[in-house]
Amino acid sequence: MATTLLEVENLTVRFPRLAAVQDLSFSVGVGETLAIVGESGSGKSITALALMRLVPPPGRITGGSIRFDGRELTALPDAAMRKVRGAEIAMIFQEPMTSLNPVLTIGRQIGETVRLHEGVSRRIARARAIELLDLVRIPEPHRRVDDYPHQLSGGMRQRVMIAMAVICRPKLLIADEPTTALDVTIQAQVLALLDNLRRELSMGLLLITHDLGIVGQWADRVVVMYASRKVEEGSPDAILDAPWHPYTQGLMAASPRHAGDLHYRRTPLVEIPGSITSAFGETGCPFVPRCALAEARCREVVPPPLSLGDHLVACVRHDPFKEAADVALAG
Amino acid sequence: MSNGTRVLKALRRSTLQAIPTLGVILVLNFFLLRLAPGDAAEVMAGEQGVATEESMAAMRKLFGLDIPVLDQFVAYINNLLHFSLGYSPRYGMQVEDLIAQRLPGSILLMGVALVFALGIGIFIGTVMARYVGRLPDRILSVVSLVFYSVPGFWIGLMMVVLFSVTLGWLPSGSDQTIGADYSGLEWLWDRVSHLILPALSLSLVFIAIYARLTRASMLESQGQDYVRTAAAKGLSPRAITFRHVLRNALLPVTTMAGLHFGTLLGGAVVVETVFSWPGLGRLAFESIMRRDFNVLLGILLLSSILVMIANVITDLVQAWLDPRIEVR
Amino acid sequence: MVDTSLAGGGLAAARPDQRPNAPVGSADREGSGPVLQIASAQAARVGGREVPSAVARPIARPGTLRILLRNPAAAVGLAILFTVAVVALLAPLVFPGDPLDIAGPALLRPGTNAAFPFGTDSLGRNVAAGLAHGARITLTIGLAAAGLGLLIGVLVGSVAGYFGGRLDDLLVKLTEIFQTVPPFVLMIVLVAIFQPTVPTIITAIGIVSWPGVARVVRAEFRSLRNKDFVVAARGLGFGHRRIIFREILPNALPPIIVTASVMVAGAILAESAMSFLGLSDANAVSWGSMIGMGREQIRTAWYLTAIPGIAIVLTVLALNLIGDGLNDALNPRLSRSR
Repeated sequence: MATTLLEVENLTVRFPRLAAVQDLSFSVGVGETLAIVGESGSGKSITALALMRLVPPPGRITGGSIRFDGRELTALPDAAMRKVRGAEIAMIFQEPMTSLNPVLTIGRQIGETVRLHEGVSRRIARARAIELLDLVRIPEPHRRVDDYPHQLSGGMRQRVMIAMAVICRPKLLIADEPTTALDVTIQAQVLALLDNLRRELSMGLLLITHDLGIVGQWADRVVVMYASRKVEEGSPDAILDAPWHPYTQGLMAASPRHAGDLHYRRTPLVEIPGSITSAFGETGCPFVPRCALAEARCREVVPPPLSLGDHLVACVRHDPFKEAADVALAG
Repeated sequence: MSNGTRVLKALRRSTLQAIPTLGVILVLNFFLLRLAPGDAAEVMAGEQGVATEESMAAMRKLFGLDIPVLDQFVAYINNLLHFSLGYSPRYGMQVEDLIAQRLPGSILLMGVALVFALGIGIFIGTVMARYVGRLPDRILSVVSLVFYSVPGFWIGLMMVVLFSVTLGWLPSGSDQTIGADYSGLEWLWDRVSHLILPALSLSLVFIAIYARLTRASMLESQGQDYVRTAAAKGLSPRAITFRHVLRNALLPVTTMAGLHFGTLLGGAVVVETVFSWPGLGRLAFESIMRRDFNVLLGILLLSSILVMIANVITDLVQAWLDPRIEVR
Repeated sequence: MVDTSLAGGGLAAARPDQRPNAPVGSADREGSGPVLQIASAQAARVGGREVPSAVARPIARPGTLRILLRNPAAAVGLAILFTVAVVALLAPLVFPGDPLDIAGPALLRPGTNAAFPFGTDSLGRNVAAGLAHGARITLTIGLAAAGLGLLIGVLVGSVAGYFGGRLDDLLVKLTEIFQTVPPFVLMIVLVAIFQPTVPTIITAIGIVSWPGVARVVRAEFRSLRNKDFVVAARGLGFGHRRIIFREILPNALPPIIVTASVMVAGAILAESAMSFLGLSDANAVSWGSMIGMGREQIRTAWYLTAIPGIAIVLTVLALNLIGDGLNDALNPRLSRSR
């Protein structure tokens, strides 16, 4: 793996009545794409906001560390943190419709970032904005730069969001469900654009999504979150082809694109029974209420993450070492 | 379509729509005033103590009150078409000249009051929104509700007691020192010092309204996604408030401000009376008392036109502030 | 009350729920006289409210008063208003006779004579008696004028909103005309023309204060008129009058109630301003006319102006506190976001 850009260890984010993120650890290398996958409520979006130190009150980061490019972000003063946001870590959001300010031109909103962080003049900021609009492949950027958000389509708005995020050449780009609100045909274009920009600007990319379908094609590594915890981590191949955790297996079965075409045609779409909210406040594995394979010991403690190579799982039924040993003995 | 033609088109349309409304207002006002018992001749005769039948009849003939009401109406419309609002027997001059004399005073007073109201109101509202639920918000909420409950004329009188009578800092009436021959800065301060108390009295209620409205609409804007985007760019809370939240939050405030023009004019009647301010409001009140209906009709017509103009300006300002609105 | 949930379901689903379309030239042109300023701000917020649909549920909420009392600000408002009402009721007993009669030496300062706790005016009239009797006039005019304004506004707004079409256009135009003439100016014209007596003052305030209510009611009716329960009531052959007053109006009440409390406050302010200008019933003392008369002695006896003014402020403040409390109680969704 390349040099580590971002290293998150035991991150915990609490709201008064619940923990949104617990003991979460992962890392992103320079130029690497890490996907965090989970359904809504799993804590993945809060994780993204926590990296920016923008967890909405009354939530706050209560433990763990976020090391980014040699600095501990949880310990940075507010003013220093603001210099990181937008310049070194940038973020794009799920709803390009509402994430842009309706009363300001897109040129001004894109230019605002670079004016703030590089102190350039309004004229230069505008020129840079046009450049960036061209980079994200918006036609006629000279004309479009003076448009207001409501004059653009959803896909175009997301491109504007991306332009706004990368204008200062951040080292890490966090994309929180960047394609969820878009048409399927536009989704692929936006993801391809993100991937290109990642390579051109050698950014780390943290892709947050509930859609396993896009993971295989675009991610270098995958973290699966469930009910505020990481339940599995590995390469896309490992996760998609041989998931260990029952939750990931369920997700796979529920995802049409990766259930395999033949299989998909023959069997109806599988849904994981139950909902994620039932997990909070329980001891033991958070997935127990919905797990078809749960046993008595699953309810006792939260299963510790165990790994074999770069594939990691938090499930008592899977002990990678034991399995590896079994395989070795049997072989 | 360019911006200019868009605006012109909208203006023409509002004007066309305004004409029938104005017509109805004119007819209603005219006949409403003719319903009143007594006329200018009676009042003047009563004041002069000469009330012979002949002198009254002569006065009525002079004022055009001796012909049937319908003919009076036709005559009035005819006058209007020649851009004349009629003659005021009381003031001995054409009504349009009289109004032209008083209008600037009222516009100045109302304009300054509106600036006070918007400036102070938006400031208070912003502070309340920023400290929502905490002590500054609670205190200012009570203060603005008290402001909203205070009659403007009464707070005007109380300020006269404090600032004019007790402290002697500010004058208690008129729009300038009578007979003083100031120039330059002295003149300016004289005018400003006469303006402060009436403008504050008139603006108090509106300060409260805009403060509450700004607070509510800022709280709504603060929860919007684009605010999170701005924070993710690294903007400071202050820059977020001023560049992103406030601008969106002010949209409803500007609408309300434009629509308050008529109310402001009503407030001016009382405040101008309290401070002997030479304006349209006091003129309206005096002409009611003196049954000087030509003046009153003129003022009602003019103020209705002013309200309509204010509405159009509000629409244009809205369209300018909010790119999503197409000028109608 | 008819259970209409079954009858209406399918029908209503077929009709798109029409949102109130703004009339020409305005999204939120909540007119507002001097009477209705915050009411209009509130009305705008109230406009988007979701009303429980499917079943016509009368708004007879026994809990409203209790919720109101739990809100400390509204409880203070109720307490003040209650006190004013008691003073008004007891005025003839505590201060028998005409408060306009001379009662003692002139210009007694407050607190110097136990018989005249608030002092006497330049003619030796008892300020305390004036305050108590003035409370009667103030409350009478405030309640009656707001009631008249509500009546006209609800009638115009419900008919316009319910029937729509040409009638709606006409009534909207009428509302606009009334909002174009500056309300306070129209009010003093009316009072001056028909002579200032208590009934003419009430009528004048009522006539200028209805447009705001009409807009609120019209918007409510437009959003409610195609709900399941209304469609069902129509299907059952109910007449328009019954549908308007028995089916829709009860569901449109919350914003009307909030507007009403603020209207009373506005009517009291309007009355005080007019009587300050001398446009008051010559035979009755009112707080505004006390200020108007006290103004002559403002340099020497400022308390004559201050005391009745404080009475006005407290009463109006009480009504506004109650209005805010009602808004919170009747629109819980809104209050949470505040």
